[in-house]
Amino acid sequence: MWRFISLRLLQAIPVILVVITVTFFLVRIAPGGPFDSEKAVTREVKAALETQYKLNLPLFQQYTAYLGDLAHGDLGPSFKYPGRSVNELIAAGFPVTAELGFYALLVALCIGGLAGIIAALRPNTAQDYVPMSLAMIGICMPSFLLGPLLVLIFGIHLDWLPVSGWGDIPGDKILPAITLGAGYAAYIARLGRAGMLEVLSQDYIRTARAKGLPEWQVVLKHSLRGGLIPVVAFLGPAFAGLLAGSFVVETIFQIPGLGRFYVQAAFNRDYTMILGTTVFLSVLIVLFNLLSDILAAWMNPRLRAQFGNN
Amino acid sequence: MSLLEVQDLAVSFVTRNGTNTAVDGISFGVELGKITAIIGESGSGKSVACYSLLGLVPMPPGRIDGGRALFEGRDLLQLGESELRKIRGRDIAMIFQDPMTCLNPYMTIGKQLMEPLLYHHKVTGEVARARALELLEEVGIRDPESTIDNFPHQFSGGMRQRVMIAMALINEPKLLIADEPTTALDVTIQAQILKLIAELQHKRDIGVIFISHDLAVVADIADQIVVMKQGKIVETGNREGIFHNAQHPYTKKLLAAIPTDSKQARPGTVEPLIRVQNLCTWFEQGKGKEPVKAVNNVSFDINRGEVLGLVGESGSGKSTIGRSILRLVHVTSGQVMFDGTDVTALHGGELKHMRRRMQMIFQDPFASLNPRMTVYDTLAEPLLLHGIEDRKSVAQGVLKLMDDVGLARAFVRKYPHEFSGGQRQRIAIGRALATRPEFIVADEPVSALDVTIQAQILDLMQQLGREYGLTMLFVSHDLAVVRHLADRILVLYKGEVVEQGTGTELFESPQQAYTQRLLQSIPGRSLHA
Repeated sequence: MWRFISLRLLQAIPVILVVITVTFFLVRIAPGGPFDSEKAVTREVKAALETQYKLNLPLFQQYTAYLGDLAHGDLGPSFKYPGRSVNELIAAGFPVTAELGFYALLVALCIGGLAGIIAALRPNTAQDYVPMSLAMIGICMPSFLLGPLLVLIFGIHLDWLPVSGWGDIPGDKILPAITLGAGYAAYIARLGRAGMLEVLSQDYIRTARAKGLPEWQVVLKHSLRGGLIPVVAFLGPAFAGLLAGSFVVETIFQIPGLGRFYVQAAFNRDYTMILGTTVFLSVLIVLFNLLSDILAAWMNPRLRAQFGNN
Repeated sequence: MSLLEVQDLAVSFVTRNGTNTAVDGISFGVELGKITAIIGESGSGKSVACYSLLGLVPMPPGRIDGGRALFEGRDLLQLGESELRKIRGRDIAMIFQDPMTCLNPYMTIGKQLMEPLLYHHKVTGEVARARALELLEEVGIRDPESTIDNFPHQFSGGMRQRVMIAMALINEPKLLIADEPTTALDVTIQAQILKLIAELQHKRDIGVIFISHDLAVVADIADQIVVMKQGKIVETGNREGIFHNAQHPYTKKLLAAIPTDSKQARPGTVEPLIRVQNLCTWFEQGKGKEPVKAVNNVSFDINRGEVLGLVGESGSGKSTIGRSILRLVHVTSGQVMFDGTDVTALHGGELKHMRRRMQMIFQDPFASLNPRMTVYDTLAEPLLLHGIEDRKSVAQGVLKLMDDVGLARAFVRKYPHEFSGGQRQRIAIGRALATRPEFIVADEPVSALDVTIQAQILDLMQQLGREYGLTMLFVSHDLAVVRHLADRILVLYKGEVVEQGTGTELFESPQQAYTQRLLQSIPGRSLHA
């Protein structure tokens, strides 16, 4: 088990290095720089700023210096927010994004999981078609359309829920979570349905019915575990995707999360902020993929035994 | 009064292509303390009939068209799902064919065992566990205390079937339905499981329905035998009546399909085509672990035109020997001389040329045929690949092969799934013969087939062997089948040859204890005595 984990972490190092390198040089190729704005600064001030942020050094030296800092866990100072480091900014924004992502995942899991199971119980009937068609719509509808739509219906028309903010008014976390989770709910529904259908056709399900167990026990005790393994394996990438993709939802609902910092940093050419967020997110993506792989393997006794041996 | 009395049961399946009658008005009874065997080939409706009694046939597409099934005076077919559920697993229990897939791989066997008891009798966990341990002990699981919390994959096939039996019996049912419970097992294990079922049945004095395609399997245990064909019962009788005084031609055909004779030794040339010397095929297990010695220091000859039988249980290395000769697995050491050339030293083009002269027929004719290729494509491929026919003559070559293996020429554009198991095995044989090989390895070619079809395929192989002048290595776990076909037999145990001789020699005077055990495991021995 530990061998497997350390191997996977070792494999992640070159991946993250490539991500850093590509991002580093890509943002530098983009025209403009952090101190080019409408307000012109004098040449001396700009030179002083560039020296302060080591921008006067040759590009390759900047790159190695950045890697050196990174090795100590230092993501550097932000160019746009003077006096604040990227580490601080991420630490401020990430908890909000993580909370939003967590709720969204919960929504996705509950709605999607339930829809998938219900659909699989009676395949090719209305009970299957209705949730699966909804899931298809969920996949097709982008969050910048769904978000405003929900705001219109539940926020303005029905006036049930607040339409913006984060943790200010009770209930203001509901709409963002649903908006962000909807697309993933659809994927989970489809994965869950396929997994459950597969398991429900197995011989051991017939054995369970032959024991006289009621149908709900056949489903809950005998099918769920095997049927939901593909869903669990999907959760890691899904959570990482939720974190990285929360920008649209954060913008719609005015949420002070990492996603908004990330996109603003790109507009501002805030080099260290772009890089820092990218590195941070890619590490998270690697970790969550690993976590869901471990979880999925642990749910399968045969694989668990193999892990135990190592 | 009978424990179960089935009258005029009719079940059909309604599909888009019309209504399919699976069970066509059958009647039979099961007595308390007796075993009723239902015999028939796949598709005869024997399983559907029994599943429908317990509401285990999915509806739709299944439909019960009529009949009654009185169990202790109550008509099972009229009971609602919740009533039926109380009977399932409590009064009537089932065991199934494939113990590999019938146990939930995500639950420990202990949990699965206790489930029927906990659900039907609302006992405490401790009571259920104690009872589960007792039953595991009774069905012959060694050291149940330490194995009860294991998962199914930690047990062998025979052990899993014992667990299934324990699970079925945990509520002390009055009727046990066993659906081909030994078909997926080796002969020796089959003999043990049959003995176990008969013992437990006798001890508990319960009724058993034993479903099988093989009359020989039930010869020693059945009291009453029901023979089914195409949804109908063609003959019913007690054991004596069926085995010694069968009336219906189909029953006679089933009886004739049980291989009982030894092949007559054939005088001929004694010129070895294949000479295997000190063959070792080991599989590495990773660092620091002993390799699995699948084949260990095996030597034998196969003479030109001879059929050599290779017999052993799963894990005896019999398949690995066949694969080693064809170089389908890496040989660790030793020599395989084919017509004077060492096959183990060949590479690239030489190997390809040699493979044309040696072919293989596999056990599962469905898995070994490409489902997306028509019969025509399957047979034409080797003909073209090895340059035996050119584009112009290939159609003729394919049709000739179809004739040889006894398939109608009209089927040539069909896909594998449109054929029955026996027909598929004919296709596989045709493909093997396409390259005009001199030597064929047949790896359990009939063990996935119904007995009647087995007999047909064995006859076909014998006839083609003579026609094509084939030398054959016939691999099987079934001594009776091998004896019927092989000139000489090698008995394999744990990767080594323990005994060899002609069929008659082995059957009449087996020297080794292991061979004797194999012989005793052959179902239906009482028939030959």
